[in-house]
Amino acid sequence: MKIKICYFAKIREQLDVSEEQLIFPDACDNTERLLEFLQARGERWSQVFSSDQKVLKAVNHEIVSEKCALNDGDEVAFFPPVTGG
Amino acid sequence: MIHIQHDDFDAGIEIESLRSIGSHIGAVVSFVGSVREFSDVRELIALELEHYPKMTQKSLESIAAEAKSRWDVEAVKIIHRVGRLLPSDRIVFVGIASRHRSEAFLACEFVIDVLKTQAPFWKKECLSSGDQWVDAKQSDDKKSLRWEK
Repeated sequence: MKIKICYFAKIREQLDVSEEQLIFPDACDNTERLLEFLQARGERWSQVFSSDQKVLKAVNHEIVSEKCALNDGDEVAFFPPVTGG
Repeated sequence: MIHIQHDDFDAGIEIESLRSIGSHIGAVVSFVGSVREFSDVRELIALELEHYPKMTQKSLESIAAEAKSRWDVEAVKIIHRVGRLLPSDRIVFVGIASRHRSEAFLACEFVIDVLKTQAPFWKKECLSSGDQWVDAKQSDDKKSLRWEK
């Protein structure tokens, strides 16, 4: 399945990527698997996603806190806690 | 009633527009947030506001809808600026129109508290010593949590 991933703010800068299209095995159908996949990309990725730094995720523009199912065409976003207002 | 924009806004015009919704409107409560300058060692040159365009509108609409479902309010207006802002610039406007003041006060506080912890905006401070992302504050989380049902 194909997933679009967007990165924002500090996370975007740390990974040096703002968005990407990812072809993902159909069996890896949830956000937990996606995180494992991203962490396996190397030290920079594992540091961003496994350190003490809090990373929030949104699936199709809704913040999700727990493991969430993923489907073909979904948009996943990773970002730090928000600081608007 | 949701606007995400680079341009400044005129709070007076926004309040008047909420007030003129109808003669049944007895109260308009508003909040205007501004870019604060730092008084101590750090000097703020500018603030960069990034957001997640596809999610921001939806997130603010959902907060406004929640406010309307919790209190008897007629209208909720939210304006949030993005891009480069300077010290003292206005960042955000929240305006509530209702029949009675108590609902308007509560809804206004709810909207800004929840916006600060849920709407996808991020502030980066441009300081004389370099740029740095603003960390989320625990005190903001607490303020937002007290509205949880």
